[in-house]
Amino acid sequence: MAATRPIISCRDLTRIYRMGDQEVRALDGVTLDIHEGEFVAIMGPSGSGKSSLMNLIGALDRPTSGEMWINGRALSEMNRDELADLRNETLGFVFQQFNLLPRQDAFQNVRLPLRYARKDVGDIDARARACLEMVGLGSRMDHRPMQLSGGQQQRVAIARALANRPRILLADEPTGALDSKTTVEIMQLMQDLNRQGITVVVITHEAEVASYAARQIHFLDGKVEADTAHPELKRARGG
Amino acid sequence: MKYGVATSSAAEALFSNPLRSLLTMLGIIIGVASVMVMMSIGEGAKAAIEKQISAVGTNVLTLQPGTMNRGGRNQGGGSGRPFNETDVAAVADLPFVESATGILSGQANAVSEEANWVTNIQGGTASFFEVNNWKVDEGRAFSEQEAQGGAAVVVVGKTAAKNLFPGGNIVGQRIRVNSVPVEVIGVLESKGQGGGGGMGPDRDDTLVGPLSMVRNRITGGNRWVSRHVSRIQILVQDGYDVAEAQEEVSTMMRDRRRIEPGQPDNFMVVNFADMIKQRAAVAETMSTLLAFTAAVSLIVGGVGVMNIMLVSVTERTREIGLRMAIGARGGDILLQFLFEAIALCTLGGVIGMAIGWLGVLGYAQLSQAPMVVSPIIVATALGAAASVGLIFGFFPARRAAQLDPIQALRYD
Ligand SMILES: Nc1ncnc2c1ncn2[C@@H]1O[C@H](COP(=O)(O)OP(=O)(O)OP(=O)(O)O)[C@@H](O)[C@H]1O
Ligand SMILES: [Mg+2]
Repeated sequence: MAATRPIISCRDLTRIYRMGDQEVRALDGVTLDIHEGEFVAIMGPSGSGKSSLMNLIGALDRPTSGEMWINGRALSEMNRDELADLRNETLGFVFQQFNLLPRQDAFQNVRLPLRYARKDVGDIDARARACLEMVGLGSRMDHRPMQLSGGQQQRVAIARALANRPRILLADEPTGALDSKTTVEIMQLMQDLNRQGITVVVITHEAEVASYAARQIHFLDGKVEADTAHPELKRARGG
Repeated sequence: MKYGVATSSAAEALFSNPLRSLLTMLGIIIGVASVMVMMSIGEGAKAAIEKQISAVGTNVLTLQPGTMNRGGRNQGGGSGRPFNETDVAAVADLPFVESATGILSGQANAVSEEANWVTNIQGGTASFFEVNNWKVDEGRAFSEQEAQGGAAVVVVGKTAAKNLFPGGNIVGQRIRVNSVPVEVIGVLESKGQGGGGGMGPDRDDTLVGPLSMVRNRITGGNRWVSRHVSRIQILVQDGYDVAEAQEEVSTMMRDRRRIEPGQPDNFMVVNFADMIKQRAAVAETMSTLLAFTAAVSLIVGGVGVMNIMLVSVTERTREIGLRMAIGARGGDILLQFLFEAIALCTLGGVIGMAIGWLGVLGYAQLSQAPMVVSPIIVATALGAAASVGLIFGFFPARRAAQLDPIQALRYD
């Protein structure tokens, strides 16, 4: 695994939020590499900076300092439009609150990223249908979010994240709003996708969810506290 | 830019809350409706004036007694030295005159077998019809021989015909005019009303007979003037400058009357078409001003649209963040909200036009004033509405486009 080029690379990332004269150091010198095809779980207590990191990797936010590369490209050198295209083509994002458009049905929600695509994506409708079938919602395409269960809504969101065939799937507590049975289904779906070659990064509080991932990274106070891919880290800190 | 997704998203937002959209459009609706009514009134007045000008003829001069003041108005209608038929002959001899007719007019009390009708009668030569560009609808006009011989015949205008013979069948009938029996030989085509704004005298309410017959038997004329005519109408040859002709007729009349240089004319040479055009220019300025006032309400409507669009951007901040998270560029978001504002205003414009059109119909019915809804008015009103959307939608749309993806996504 170490032989492959990292698809996500972070060097000494900090993210400081300023509120008035108060400063919150959400990320404090994070350095880590994630390789193509990995399934990574990010864990840690509330406020430890997991979401902050995910938003940086997802090209939704910019670091206060440090540098990061996605798929070999330095994000600091990209403008707003290029970041938008990166999110559209290379990244798929799944949120805890699903974030589906309430007035559009499942099919239309999944089509949306394809419609924003700037490179040729072929038959948009066929692709959207295929993605919904892949997540097991082939028979619910014309249902609006309100008419779907939580697990089904999250499947629609995953189908939407997959529509543009991203290389990386990012999920911030995707099962946080779901019961344990649905959680298992969603995590199995993620595992399937990972086996098909997609790099998956999941934030979670639950050890059971994290157990689906081959690698676990623990955060504490904006720093990487432990990383199963680098067992020496903990020892280096004397923990 | 991705136009498809921007348009469909905009349309969806528009129809997801129809009542709110309608209320937002209200200012635009009122603005467009009033622009339309104002422009239609203006166009209608213009069309009426054009009709009057073509009824009068652009190359016709009228020579009448009296003097002209600086404003070009008639000072004391009948004053000044009267004309007679030798004046008509002298004018007709001018090289640039196509034809000329003397006219003697007076009141006429006409009696048919069916009805009584008080109207006016004009005596003229056979050239009367050519000079006035007035064709005979039914029957015929009188000939030069009949005019010279003083034949007891008349040609009647549409209004007089309708009132004298409500049952129709007019040509060949005998009527009495001021007790004198005459034969009706023709009916003139309609000329409509003469004055401005459609309110002038009815030019069709008249009888036309041979000049000598009218003078000798019906109106009497001025007994101190032999072969008296009340005015002379002159048809200037095609291509000859009418203002130049006006000048030359004036010079000739001064010569004939031996008016010393420095003394005022005791006649006037009037170009009615010119006077109507001057009045038209004033009317046009007025209607432009009114349309401009109406346009102000469009701007007020635009501010209303901008306000609601800003609210809408705030309400949909999370949606904007989501769209950005899955790859929408700032330009895509800009376009979506811009389209929404333009669609809102254009739709308001269409509704406003429908209402304005009803208003135009209603106003025309009430006032009898002619109003015209031309394609230019429709295009102007719609174009104005869409531009208001573009201008006032831009600021909210840009605000949406410049949102930070993560802040927008977290907004609540
Ligand atoms: N937009 C913001 N403005 C100010 N402070 C912020 C902002 N976002 C996060 N923070 C702060 O940064 C720190 C890290 O937040 P972050 O959301 O990354 O934590 P997390 O590990 O995802 O926590 P949780 O498990 O509760 O989701 C917290 O102290 C939080 O209060
Ligand atoms: Mg979090």
